[in-house]
Amino acid sequence: MSRQPDSDPPDRDGQGFNTFRRRFLAGVATAGGAVVTAHATGAWGGQTLQDAMGSLLQDHYQRMTKDEIHAALERIERNARRRYGVDARCEDLPPLPNTVFGYALNISKCKGYRDCVEACVKENNLGRDSQMQYIRVLQMPDGTMDLEKAEHYYDAKQVPVPGHWYLPVQCMQCDNPPCVKACPTKATWKEPDGIVVVDYDWCIGCRYCMTACPYWARHFNWTEPQIPAAEFNPNLNYLGNRPRPKGVVEKCHFCSQRARKGRQPACQEACPTGARVFGNLLDPKSEIRWVLENKNVFRLKEDLGTEPKFWYFSDDRVSRA
Amino acid sequence: MNLVRFGLDGLRAMASGGAAYWRWLGALAAVVAAGLFAYAGQLQQGMVVTGMSDQVSWGFYIANFAFLVGIAAAAVLLVIPAYLFHRGDVKQVVIFGEALAVAAVVAAMLFVTVDIGRPERIWHMLPVVGRFNWPLSMLAWDVVVLVGYLLLNLGLPAYVLHARWRGEEPVTARYFPVVIVAIFWAVSIHTVTAFLFSANAGRPLWHSALLAPRFIASAFASGPALIIVALLALRRWGGLAVKQTVIDLLAVVMTVALQISLFFVGVELFTDFYNETTHAASMRYLFFGLAGAGKLQPWIWTALALNVVAVVILSIHPLRRTPRLLVLACGLVFLGIWIEKGMGLVVPGYIPTPLGEIFEYAPTWREWLVSAGIWACGALVFTLLAKAALAIETGRARARPAADLKAS
Ligand code: SF4
Ligand code: SF4
Repeated sequence: MSRQPDSDPPDRDGQGFNTFRRRFLAGVATAGGAVVTAHATGAWGGQTLQDAMGSLLQDHYQRMTKDEIHAALERIERNARRRYGVDARCEDLPPLPNTVFGYALNISKCKGYRDCVEACVKENNLGRDSQMQYIRVLQMPDGTMDLEKAEHYYDAKQVPVPGHWYLPVQCMQCDNPPCVKACPTKATWKEPDGIVVVDYDWCIGCRYCMTACPYWARHFNWTEPQIPAAEFNPNLNYLGNRPRPKGVVEKCHFCSQRARKGRQPACQEACPTGARVFGNLLDPKSEIRWVLENKNVFRLKEDLGTEPKFWYFSDDRVSRA
Repeated sequence: MNLVRFGLDGLRAMASGGAAYWRWLGALAAVVAAGLFAYAGQLQQGMVVTGMSDQVSWGFYIANFAFLVGIAAAAVLLVIPAYLFHRGDVKQVVIFGEALAVAAVVAAMLFVTVDIGRPERIWHMLPVVGRFNWPLSMLAWDVVVLVGYLLLNLGLPAYVLHARWRGEEPVTARYFPVVIVAIFWAVSIHTVTAFLFSANAGRPLWHSALLAPRFIASAFASGPALIIVALLALRRWGGLAVKQTVIDLLAVVMTVALQISLFFVGVELFTDFYNETTHAASMRYLFFGLAGAGKLQPWIWTALALNVVAVVILSIHPLRRTPRLLVLACGLVFLGIWIEKGMGLVVPGYIPTPLGEIFEYAPTWREWLVSAGIWACGALVFTLLAKAALAIETGRARARPAADLKAS
């Protein structure tokens, strides 16, 4: 519990309902909670009735009180223990002050090894059966930027394939994100540090945001995500890598559980060629600022006006004198 | 008191009918039950049981939704002549058009509901209690216009029927403002539904200003097709006196709308293929296949063939005036537009994906069954509403004067 919301959420809509909700939850908790806990672990999707009701009636993240967030975090930890036998610690990490995260990627260094993809899957507890991946590395024939010529399912053991270059794509954390505009329930939004997050307990799974995203960066849990207990990453962030339920959308969040603690994202650390540069765009001394100021950078589909905070650059001068 | 008895009379009318009526209801109920069974499986196992994927994230359900919104909007084609131009013949049947709109909106809403990953959280979309992203999200707009349209189409006929039930004529001054609102509202529901798609700059197939006009034109073709068939059925089995002039009027509207709709299709084909850019990839996939993939081709060519045959029948006056051929044309238009606007528009918008991947989609048996259940549900709603309206319109259900009541 690191975030300290104001004692009461600023949004005062739905007060009457909120009171009802809290009373009801308190009622479920006291009304023989122990009995239900003992018997009902099998039902309610492996949760206690109380926990199931808790997440069902949970408010939007931005409207929850300190206590409610605390209860939600404990619920997540309890469920992790019950399901995976892991002692996880779930935090609610706030955005860092004076920070807006940005990413840059050197396409002349990327060789398509996909180590970033694997590191991301493990770090963020992605469903293994569903083979969900936040990062997609495209193998492109030299001399084209046409995405329709890209190979999505190449063999990472054969790389680099002569005559090809590699283009990793993940959520661009757009500054003007069409996915956020599209969501009918405000279940997804842009945080002050520029990371576009999803409240997994608020998303209704309509998938309109996936339709709106021009980078194919959002992914849906078509079934219950399966994570091997041995590979479970127990360092969780509420709006980040905590286990997600089925039927909701999720996406890359620049490893908020790391970035907001001053660490590098898993994909950056895993890259064997050092193609990835991540940092604070507001810090003039950061490496990413150096790249943006000294390299020829470009962004994908810039013409759509989404203002990605993800840049590509190469070591070669574009215009040789 | 009065309103309660009005409602009870309506219910009584719904629950009384001959053997054929009950067989029809029973058949519909059986299909609804099958749909529920299929949906239960989807709830339990997740939406993995559908043919959808991250690549094609909306499929058969949303395709049906988009089509049904058009059907609902087309009720306005009876409302305008009846209330605005005071055509007596249309006024007689306008209530059945409105009942059809109610049924279509209900079915459309059900299609959205079954397409949602966490239906138990649907309250998150409510204003105040949930967090409604209005006016930013086009999906939120769609909820607003659909709910509003449902209320208008329940309220307006209820008022008119209530007056008839009491043996009075409805007062024009009272309902006229509502009629005007309803007319604009009808156009808005389908425009907003088109905006739902055309708002996505990252999906070139949909990102066109022509999409909303195309939606309206095709709705004004498929809607009358269904209304004509429904009215003819009511004339045959419900004893409703439908004047031939009403059918003729609807047939002409359908003809012109279909001609315009096909013209729009041609316009898009020309723009995409005369100087083909990568933006035309979805179109190419849809009509000719792309990189060896082309599952949608049979759908779209069938749709085109159906629509072309229909437009020929409809445009030749003697053919259109032959009752059997007219019904046949209605069936062709209905099916043709259903494919064109559903599988022919929603699905190819996702192929190729924004990252250029070609990943095909086909509905699974479960999607077919759930969808059939929802269509049956819509038919059920229409049947029941029409049955009640029929009883009141034909004078079988009437408020009894107070004196009468005391005597009995
Ligand atoms: S890349 Fe897609 S998911 Fe990420 S912020 Fe932009 S629109 Fe949203
Ligand atoms: S799937 Fe979830 S996050 Fe995406 S638009 Fe729908 S409710 Fe919002």
